[in-house]
Amino acid sequence: MADRSGGPAATTDRPERTTSSGPGRLLVAVYLLFAIAATCRAGLQIITRFDEAPVAYLLSALAAVIYIVATVGLARGGTGGRRTAWFCCTVELVGVLAVGLTSVLDPALFPDDTVWSGFGSGYGYVPLVLPVLGLIWLARTRRDAPADPH
Amino acid sequence: MSSAAAAGTPVDGLPATGTIVLSLVLAAWSLYATARNRPPDRNHLVGLALLELAVLGLAVVALVALGGGDRPGEPGAFFGYLVTLVCLPPLAAVLARMEPTRWGSAIVTVVCLVLPVVVVRLQQTWQITGG
Repeated sequence: MADRSGGPAATTDRPERTTSSGPGRLLVAVYLLFAIAATCRAGLQIITRFDEAPVAYLLSALAAVIYIVATVGLARGGTGGRRTAWFCCTVELVGVLAVGLTSVLDPALFPDDTVWSGFGSGYGYVPLVLPVLGLIWLARTRRDAPADPH
Repeated sequence: MSSAAAAGTPVDGLPATGTIVLSLVLAAWSLYATARNRPPDRNHLVGLALLELAVLGLAVVALVALGGGDRPGEPGAFFGYLVTLVCLPPLAAVLARMEPTRWGSAIVTVVCLVLPVVVVRLQQTWQITGG
């Protein structure tokens, strides 16, 4: 049982666990793949046919940036890295839900698919699962999280 | 894959199928290691090296076809996928060596499951013009 109000002594004797090893390394690997996929996709869309669907393509670019930043945040860890990763995973989750819902309700707004269209159905719904896993992993590696039984 | 597609693109047929099969076998093997709580061993790295050779073979086939005057339907996407494809096995190997636990095996599994998808996308971006 971790005591969150245990004061500095209770938190300093249990160092913050690293976010980038064990299952975290797998998470970083998958984030890296998505960072590459989203960056390539957005880059190509913007370079070759930006006029066709500027909203969708700018959103692709935003998703790409967020995947890159999340990857770096998770890989670096530490207070700053964790905060960055928290922020990115939250934005991702909101983004994939909002864009997913919008693309279902009003497909005309997204004439071309983004990574997040249809809740990430074009990518096996991994974009929907990934931020959830990221947030769970960040919570589990918190300094004050219950000890991992392994 | 229809036979018409196989006749239409140079990145179909045996090099592509062989790469996909090899990748899936390696994925299953690494998944087995993950389930047994084993890190990826030397044999997995040899498997990734073989996979890289298969991928390079596919790249050579594609470049030879390009040299012969064939052009992919979406050149930008095609080369993006081709570069990604060639980078995937080394990426898996590096990350697997950094993580000598069951999670290293899980990383190899995931990358080897993604790789066949990239091969299929490679074929699609050669065939399809526009969308």
